[in-house]
Amino acid sequence: MADTENVSGVEIQLDNVTKRYPGSREPAVRDVTMTIPAGKIVILVGPSGCGKTTTMRMINRLIEPSSGTITIGGEDALRLNADTLRRKVGYAIQQAGLFPHFTVAQNISVVPGLLGWERGRINDRVDEMMDLVGLDPAQYRDRFPRQLSGGQQQRVGVARALAADPPVLLMDEPFGAVDPITRGNLQDELLRLQTDLRKTIVFVTHDFDEAVKLGDKIAVLGDQSTIQQYDTPEAILANPANDMVAGFVGAGASLKQLTLLRVRDVDYEDIALTAPADESPATLRQRMIEQNRTYALVLDQRRRPLRWVHVRALSTASSLTGAGTPVGDSVSTQSTLHDALEAILAEGGHAVVTGTRGEYVGMIDITTVTDTIKQLREEHEAGSAAS
Amino acid sequence: MSSTTKPQGFSTESGSRRADRIRLLAQPAAVVVLVGAVLVWAFTRNNDAIEAESINAGVLLTKTGEHLLITAVVAAIVTGIAVPLGVLLTRSWARPVAPLFIAIANIGQAAPALGVLVLFFLWTEWEGLWCAALPIAFYSLLPVLRNTITGIESVDPALVDAGRGIGMSSSGVLFRIELPLAVPLVLAGLRTALVLAVGTATLAFFVNGGGLGELVDTGYKLNRVPVLVVGAVLAVGLALIVDWIGAVLEEYLGPKGLA
Ligand SMILES: Nc1ncnc2c1ncn2[C@@H]1O[C@H](COP(=O)(O)OP(=O)(O)O)[C@@H](O)[C@H]1O
Ligand SMILES: [Mg+2]
Repeated sequence: MADTENVSGVEIQLDNVTKRYPGSREPAVRDVTMTIPAGKIVILVGPSGCGKTTTMRMINRLIEPSSGTITIGGEDALRLNADTLRRKVGYAIQQAGLFPHFTVAQNISVVPGLLGWERGRINDRVDEMMDLVGLDPAQYRDRFPRQLSGGQQQRVGVARALAADPPVLLMDEPFGAVDPITRGNLQDELLRLQTDLRKTIVFVTHDFDEAVKLGDKIAVLGDQSTIQQYDTPEAILANPANDMVAGFVGAGASLKQLTLLRVRDVDYEDIALTAPADESPATLRQRMIEQNRTYALVLDQRRRPLRWVHVRALSTASSLTGAGTPVGDSVSTQSTLHDALEAILAEGGHAVVTGTRGEYVGMIDITTVTDTIKQLREEHEAGSAAS
Repeated sequence: MSSTTKPQGFSTESGSRRADRIRLLAQPAAVVVLVGAVLVWAFTRNNDAIEAESINAGVLLTKTGEHLLITAVVAAIVTGIAVPLGVLLTRSWARPVAPLFIAIANIGQAAPALGVLVLFFLWTEWEGLWCAALPIAFYSLLPVLRNTITGIESVDPALVDAGRGIGMSSSGVLFRIELPLAVPLVLAGLRTALVLAVGTATLAFFVNGGGLGELVDTGYKLNRVPVLVVGAVLAVGLALIVDWIGAVLEEYLGPKGLA
């Protein structure tokens, strides 16, 4: 909690919130209590029809709860004027919901306009928001939504939701209707925005992989929005609370876990015998025999990995720059363990790890990966047993 | 996006945009040629005294003016009643009674126009402009009422949801989102209504409302074919011009960014 000062979001608290639609016997949302921490992305994930949308829409009172209380930043949301409340809560939905007869700029201006900002300030804000979501204002400002791609429309939707700088952002399957590549980009973009903005984001999806990628915390919801598990993605992957969660996490939980960890988080070791490219093959061979090594890693002047050489190749080689085989896939300390595993498999059991400037820092092998997963399991099991 | 699908309802749009463009130019030209030719023929032939009493600039202008006035009054009444009523009937609290009003408007249109006109005359004992305009307006209400309702109901609910979700009031959503997006259908309905009104206004002379019907009537009763032809051709020309004005309005008043 060292960095709370940059957080612009506020905490949202739901207490015993229930929604019963008129005419249906069972409530759509039954007695939900949860705390959504300030400045975090919380994902509501669960099967279709389980009540995710209903739960989210009660936060900005597009749906009025039948009972229970909701506070936003300590203020009782149910006692505010609903329109005033919604101008302070950003809202982005699937297919963006842009007004087709408004230009991009007019769409983004709506909430600042409702709040009575001056024209000049609104115009500046539109440009600022368009830059923020990666759309060139000069080019796109006066376009109509119809003239944009699906991904661009979604960006405008996010810009519109953020235009009045609300502390809270509600997003209901916002990337559900775009192709997988665009969706990936939009997800990356959202994470990038969030590192600066630090809003409280409530994000609804039925895609568990999306939840794992974006969430600081994930609430896995069952029927009637009952909370099956509410925890970090790591904890849910390592130790699903029940069969329903396990089913939802689906096959490949371990592989998904690997996408959450970075190489810098695990113990890679500096175990390779390295040699500068200008060392003579004879001296290197001598060193290798002394240390009983069969392979050496040749580095350039800036210590970036170049080639693997076998000790037997050295007796005939005239220089290290041409001997052996080039290094294939390497992984950086920033890479996910998932990417590292890919490289390890491609390279035959181990991969070179490089630092931020591409320099050799160590080696990672398959047992490092398996040990990490084992350790995580044990940690989370111990954690849940203790709690 | 589902908002892009063409909503159902009365629509006078036909064919491609290109065909629309051509029609936009050709229609008034055809009217000018047709009406011009008939007028030239009527004024240059040897008219007898009875014919000359009708076929002169003063009478023709008056009758056309009366006809236009009825049409304009009808347009004002229809717009003033059917559009707000249509809007009201799409509010969630009024949905249950909407079919009732549609049914009434349906009856209005299904009943013979002349019958409605005469019954209204007998009932109120009024005559003249208002006696003609009110029943004709009732008769022409349906297309606008129905198209206003259809137009608003065919606005993608996600847009209304988005509007409310970002903090627009319900009237804000109505005036900035729902109505502008319904404008094309409302205009199409109005255009249909006005063409109906111009046609029906030829019956206004029954209640002393004047209009081009009077020429037709005179020509028929006094057995003067030229008078009858001039009256009929002017009425047709007027209907085509009103239809054309409707098309122009649809072209230029609709919301931008939809096509
Ligand atoms: N306006 C409504 N009236 C009645 N029932 C509704 C309404 N909206 C949603 N429901 C019902 O409430 C349940 C939860 O819906 P929803 O919150 O949309 O689920 P999700 O977003 O998880 O797919 C569903 O069974 C749905 O049929
Ligand atoms: Mg939903």
